[in-house]
Amino acid sequence: MLELLLLLACASILTSGVLAVSLKNLMAAMVSSSLAGLFAAVSFLLLAAPDVAMAEAAIGSGLTTFIFLYAIRKTRSDGDAA
Amino acid sequence: MIRRVIVLFVVGLFAIVFARMIGDYSELQGLRPLAEYFVSRGPVELGVPNIVTGILITYRGFDTLGEVAVLFMVAASVGLLLKKDGQAADTTPADAEEQRPPSEIVSSGATVLLPVIFAFGAYVIMNGHLSAGGGFQGGAIVASGSMLMLLARPDSSLNVAVLSVIESFAGVIYVCIGILGLVLAGGFLDGRFLPLGEFGAFFSAGAVPVISTLLGIKVGAELSVIIDRFRS
Repeated sequence: MLELLLLLACASILTSGVLAVSLKNLMAAMVSSSLAGLFAAVSFLLLAAPDVAMAEAAIGSGLTTFIFLYAIRKTRSDGDAA
Repeated sequence: MIRRVIVLFVVGLFAIVFARMIGDYSELQGLRPLAEYFVSRGPVELGVPNIVTGILITYRGFDTLGEVAVLFMVAASVGLLLKKDGQAADTTPADAEEQRPPSEIVSSGATVLLPVIFAFGAYVIMNGHLSAGGGFQGGAIVASGSMLMLLARPDSSLNVAVLSVIESFAGVIYVCIGILGLVLAGGFLDGRFLPLGEFGAFFSAGAVPVISTLLGIKVGAELSVIIDRFRS
């Protein structure tokens, strides 16, 4: 059961990572990269490392997304396809 | 064309490295000798039920101090690079357009969740020696709370000056505790100059909770300042 969940989490990390690279819409790419961080946190939790999971969830999927959000908003030009 | 080849080459190299790693993988049946030493001696020597925090703050305390110093440098350089250029940036039409109020969900969610997030952050910081967590994680949680606050109230601002003072004081006291450990106990950042107390009690484990709290304050303040800089 644990291994199944872990495989699911790893597959989700892979999927959202690939999506984050390949999506043209910057907002969607940002959300999927933060999803990758969130699934990484879940997998850390499943591997019995709650300390690391906490840091990853707060920094990797919380604060980074926020900083990306502001960076995208500041740098978007009018001719952007996003 | 040549770029494609280089990219393929690098990906192939990574594939070889990871294939070797996965191929040789076998699940460990027990702890490695070093890990076993720390796992068995840590709780006895430090009185810390959560070994991760004990190692991070005591055995590897100097390293943690370095991490916090790096974070401080990041906060300082972000502040330098993203300095506000007077009032010029605030009056452009693009910025005026962006100042629309946050949605109902964000503002009322912040009202409900903010105290909970801050309380949880404080709990994680103070209880780091007993349960999962510690200064770094709790500080990140506190910073994500202030991030939510800034999202919900775009016109509010953090008092960066006060945060900097608090953060610097936390850093100075952190180093002072380290030196106290050097003088009174076994080495730099050794927390055993305070009584170890009862194993598992809130006031226990020597100076570990104190260092953890200072670390949490420092990390929370630094990350909040970074976020505030990115917003402005």
